[in-house]
Order: sequence, then C-alpha cells, then structure tokens
Amino acid sequence: MSVRVFVPCDTTALSLGADAVARRLEREAESRGLALTVVRNGSRGLAWLEPLVEVETPAGRVAFGPVTPGDVPALLDAGLLEGRDTHPLALGPTKAIPYLERQQRLTFARIGVTDPLSIADYLAHDGFRGLEAALTREPQDIVEEVKASGLRGRGGAAFPTGIKWQTVLDAPADQKYIVCNADEGDSGTFADRLAMECDPYMLIEGMAIAGLAVNATQGYIYLRSEYPLAKRILDAAIVRAEAAGYLGDDIRGSGRAFHLEVRLGAGAYICGEETSLLESLEGKRGLVRFKPPLPAIEGLFGRPTVVNNVLSLAAVPFILAEGAEAYAGHGMGRSRGTLALQLAGNVKRGGLVELSFGTTLRTLMEEFGGGTASGRPLRAVQVGGPLCAYLPESQWDMPLDYETFAEVGAGVGHGGVVMFDDSVDMAEQARFSMEFCKVESCGKCTPCRIGSTRGVEVIDRIRAGRDRDANLALLGELCETMEDGSLCAMGGMTPFPVQSALKHFPDDFQRAPEGDRS
Amino acid sequence: MSDSREWTPQAIQAEIDALKHKPGALLPILHAIQDRLGFVPEGAVPIIAESLGQTRAEVHGVISFYHHFRTSPPGRHVVQVCRAEACQSVGARALEAHAKASLGVDFHQTTADRDITLEAVYCLGNCACGPSIRVDDEVRGRITPEAFDALVDELRTQPLEVIG
Ligand SMILES: Cc1cc2nc3c(=O)[nH]c(=O)nc-3n(C[C@H](O)[C@H](O)[C@H](O)COP(=O)(O)O)c2cc1C
Ligand code: SF4
Ligand code: FES
Repeated sequence: MSVRVFVPCDTTALSLGADAVARRLEREAESRGLALTVVRNGSRGLAWLEPLVEVETPAGRVAFGPVTPGDVPALLDAGLLEGRDTHPLALGPTKAIPYLERQQRLTFARIGVTDPLSIADYLAHDGFRGLEAALTREPQDIVEEVKASGLRGRGGAAFPTGIKWQTVLDAPADQKYIVCNADEGDSGTFADRLAMECDPYMLIEGMAIAGLAVNATQGYIYLRSEYPLAKRILDAAIVRAEAAGYLGDDIRGSGRAFHLEVRLGAGAYICGEETSLLESLEGKRGLVRFKPPLPAIEGLFGRPTVVNNVLSLAAVPFILAEGAEAYAGHGMGRSRGTLALQLAGNVKRGGLVELSFGTTLRTLMEEFGGGTASGRPLRAVQVGGPLCAYLPESQWDMPLDYETFAEVGAGVGHGGVVMFDDSVDMAEQARFSMEFCKVESCGKCTPCRIGSTRGVEVIDRIRAGRDRDANLALLGELCETMEDGSLCAMGGMTPFPVQSALKHFPDDFQRAPEGDRS
Repeated sequence: MSDSREWTPQAIQAEIDALKHKPGALLPILHAIQDRLGFVPEGAVPIIAESLGQTRAEVHGVISFYHHFRTSPPGRHVVQVCRAEACQSVGARALEAHAKASLGVDFHQTTADRDITLEAVYCLGNCACGPSIRVDDEVRGRITPEAFDALVDELRTQPLEVIG
C-alpha cells in the first residue's frame, strides 16, 4: 500500500516552495524505493507552518512543518511515512494542532483536507448536500432559510444576505444574475482566495443555490487579476462541475439551469465596490454608479442582480445542508455565524482563523497570532482593510462583532487583521492611506480624487514640520470634506485610518522639528 | 512570457473574434491580447473599437482606467512588488527601495537589458507571509533584499524561451 503524503498547492504554500518539496519527496521516494503518493491538497490556512506536509496514518493525518526541500531526507529517515513524531518539525495529529482545534470551521471545514479539484473528495465531505436540498425546495423557501440563518454579507457592508435575495426574487425580469465579488482587494485578506483555491466547489455550490433561490440562470465570478492560481482552479472546477451535472442546463436532472463563468478584473481596487464591479463586468471603466437603483433591482446589464462576496456565497451550502439554526447558533447579537479572520502583517503565526463572532482582538492576536513576527511590542492593528481605522491597544479588548466595532468608528470589514510592531511610523501609514486613495480613486467625485492628492501633500508638510498646526487643521478639514462629499466608501472612509492615526498616535506627526524645511 | 513582441492585425482579430460574442467582452478581449503579447498595442485599439461597435476613445478609456493593462512591451519577466499595508509591516518599503536601486529602474520601467519590468501591486493575497512579490504568474513570499537579488539572478540566467 502506497502511503499518501499531502503537500498543499495554494498560493501561500507555493510562495514558500511547496512545489520543490513535493518534487523532492517524489525523487527521494523513488531512490529509496518507498511506496509514496504525493497528493496536492489545499491549505489548512495555517500560513506560518507552510509548506505543511501531512501523512496519512491508520490513526489519522499527522503534520510536519514548515518543510523545506532540504528537510525531506531527514524527515524520511525519522519515520515520516509512519507518522513518527521524533523529527523537530513534527506537529502531531493535524486536527489537534491548537490553532486549528480551537477554531469553529463551518465554511472552511474542508480546506486542506481535500484535493481541491476532486469532486469525489468534495462529495465525501458533505459537498453538494446543500444544493441537493435546494433542488427540492421552492425559491421562497430557500430565501427564508438564508434569512433565518442571520447571514450578513462578508464583503464589508454586512447587509443581510436573505433580504438582498428577497429583493432579487421579487423583481420580475427575463434574466437575472448572480455575481460573486471575488475582488478581495483589502490588504491583509486572503480568505476568499483560500476558499476559491482550496474548496472551489463550495463557491460553485453556493452560487448555484443562489441561482435557484432567485431564479437566476447565469452567474459570474469577478476575480481580481492578482489571483492567477485561483483563476486556473476555478476554471477547471467549473468544467468538472458541468461534466458532473452540478452546473449547466439541467442541474442533476431537475430541469433547472445555472451557468457560471469567471471574469478577471484588471488591477483596480475600486472594482470591489459592487456598482463599479458591475460596470467593469459590462466592459466599461469601473466608475461607481449612483444608488438607487440598487443592483438587486437594476444590476448587471440593467437586470436584477445578486452581488455577494465569496464568503457570503460560500456559507450558503452549509446553511442549506445543516439548516439555518446550525449556522445561527454561532455568534453574538446581530452578528450570526462565524467570521473568517485573517491574521496578517507582522504576526508570528499568521493564517486563517474562523471563529464565531465575539472573540476579542487580543485573544486573536496573542493566543492565535503569538504576537509579532519581529518579537517587538505590538503597536497598532488595522482591522477591516485599507479604509478602516488603526486601533491602539486600548481597543484590543472589544469583542469582534459588527455592532461593537461600528460604535467606536471601526470596522470588521472582510476580517483582515494587519498587525504592526513599534517600529511603525503612523504618520507614514496615514500618508499611505491618502496615497492609496489617490491611486485607486475612480475619479468620479472631486473630494475623493483631489482630496486624496491634497491629503498626501498636507501630510508630507506635517511630516516635514512645515506650518504643522495649520496643516494639521487643514488635514482635519480635508478629511471632513472627503467623508461628507464622496459618493462611495473609497473617498468616504479613507479619512478613517488617517484620523485614527492622528487621534491615537499623535506623537508620530510631531517627529520632525517645527520649522525644519528639509 | 514571450520575448517576441511582433503582432499582426490578424492575431488581434483572432483574439477578438473568439470572445466578442460574450456579454461585456471588452475586458476579456484586452486580457487575451495582453496574455498573448505582454501588452495591448496602440494599433489594437481601432481593431477592437471596430469589432465591438465602440469608439476608439471608449476603448482607450477602458485600457487607461485599469492598472493591469500595459500599452508598451514589458521585459522578459514582470516583477511586481507588493506595496500594501500587511507587507509594509514586515519591510515592504525597504524591499521596494532595494528593488528599484538594484535593478536601476523605477516602477513601470524595464531594465536596459530588457530582462525585467518592475511594477507595483497592492496585495497579492499572501499577507501572512510578506513581503510578497509576483514574478510573472508566480507569487513568492518572505522576500528579503537578498532573496530578491537571488531571484533576479535566477531570472536573468534562465535560458531564453524558444518562441514558436
Ligand atoms: C472601495 C470598496 C471596495 C470594496 N471591495 C470589496 C471586495 O473586494 N470584495 C467584496 O466582497 N466587497 C467589496 N466591497 C463591498 C461591495 O461593495 C459590496 O458591499 C459587497 O460585494 C456585497 O456583498 P456582500 O453583501 O456579500 O458582502 C467594497 C466596497 C467599497 C466601497
Ligand atoms: S468616492 Fe472616489 S472612488 Fe468612490 S465614487 Fe467618488 S471618486 Fe469614485
Ligand atoms: S499586503 Fe502584500 S500580499 Fe497582501
């Protein structure tokens, strides 16, 4: 019997040399005459342990990591194939790794366990049960189930998914669309990518269920061009799902149709905003549209359209398979279910942490993250992407839920948690926020387009110590203008990280001596 | 990536014809052209405009809106350095400065030997293992300045691809 050895194939594992590890394993096995089959699984999301090699043993899978090609001979000498735990890289049973064991993996239950493109694996791990259930139910019934789950959009705005679907279901039209927002532009986020690269059928299933729920027969995944591997995996998965009857004109003999296509973005952050995304899908510049009309009423090509984030759609198969209660049983207050947190930046143990709403940032950063990678004190955290506030230590004990964060002007956003140690210059971070807005503004409104350009200049003057007080006052006014006069959150929320830096880290804006004109 | 930047109107037309039936075909067409040639040549604009029944100005507007599309040929390899926050927190600013100095180019420029085009990118989804860069279609993590130089050496000494 050939022993199965798993070497992940997601972007992060590959970025750290997983292919070379897989090749070395195969070569070494051949020269030693060992019966070994390398399986390319998805990633478990424990980024700091990548490449994380697992071996299948009679007692379950055991893990080793992070593995370099050079470690392979010694690992084999130390009994890798028997799962012995004598080598320093041995981590014991994968399931018992505390980082993983302490999570509530609902959406990400399968990642890293399966071969992403294997439909057999997907079916063996509860795959397509949600879709099979949906095929026996009326559209309204499916929408009710999603409403009852309490699921709110995971793309940032946290709008109730079931209510959005109801609007599209109720809108009469000859053609409706399901659009998956896979633009994942926020720095510090990679959960959408993990879902797509490691469990693509889950997204396909969620979109097909959405199609059944609102009577839409065409879906598009709008994927950022920075994710070439996700593109290849999704394209391949769609072909296989069609061949197996889970997509196409007649899903599983039901007579219901759903077609799916991946479309690539082209390096524009603003195209993550749903109306800009729709413009882009229509083949135009990604200029943000005025709302109303809502995309649910007049969306893609003017037709009623569900636009949902990858993780919103990916949560749906679980809800349909296990029932709304099983999902809503997790969470706190009006934030139901689980949140995919992504520990990123200067963190010792970065990766994906799926937890019920309600954990504190401190627990997350210390107990899961293990503090900073540099070993220096943690100083600031940006949660929720480039348009959200930087949080100082006094705010690390708030529970992570939408309402609590909103109360202090912070956001959960897409769940990215970017950690910075004490070497960070918060004035430089504030400058970057303005610069990013300048680079990525769609250009439709003046406060955003011009305001961000001015913002960079003003912060440069403050950092150079030129007329500091006057320029600080000017920066405050500029932020107000952007907040009040912008059409979308790009211009409207860029002031949040800037103002939070000013408020919580004022010393960083006072570093150069006043009057220094260098 | 291709080293020959020769293009013909027929090649462009073939890419367009394969995709123009799709709703919202312009972005897929631009991607197909850039995937094939490494950039979207100026001369492609009237052909696309004609085929899609749009004005040249519209097509131009779309190409210039998106950071991804290039209008001049890149070097043999495109190296993108992530400039976004998570990578900043682990040294991306220093890496960016190093990359520019060691290649002797700024962003959107190509080295004199035409080996490498340097570009900025805002997040590659590899934010737990930064600083990250992308080399053609591959993402690399935890890139120190030394690792960057080693990688560039590797790219420069790779045998030239034979273009069929
Ligand atoms: C500037 C900007 C960028 C955004 N980027 C994304 C993104 O990358 N992915 C995403 O799902 N939503 C993004 N959104 C939110 C979308 O506009 C929209 O709320 C979301 O796709 C709706 O799906 P949901 O209800 O499932 O969250 C962005 C919004 C703004 C204003
Ligand atoms: S705020 Fe900025 S990005 Fe949003 S619509 Fe206005 S110009 Fe475009
Ligand atoms: S911030 Fe650099 S990869 Fe995400």
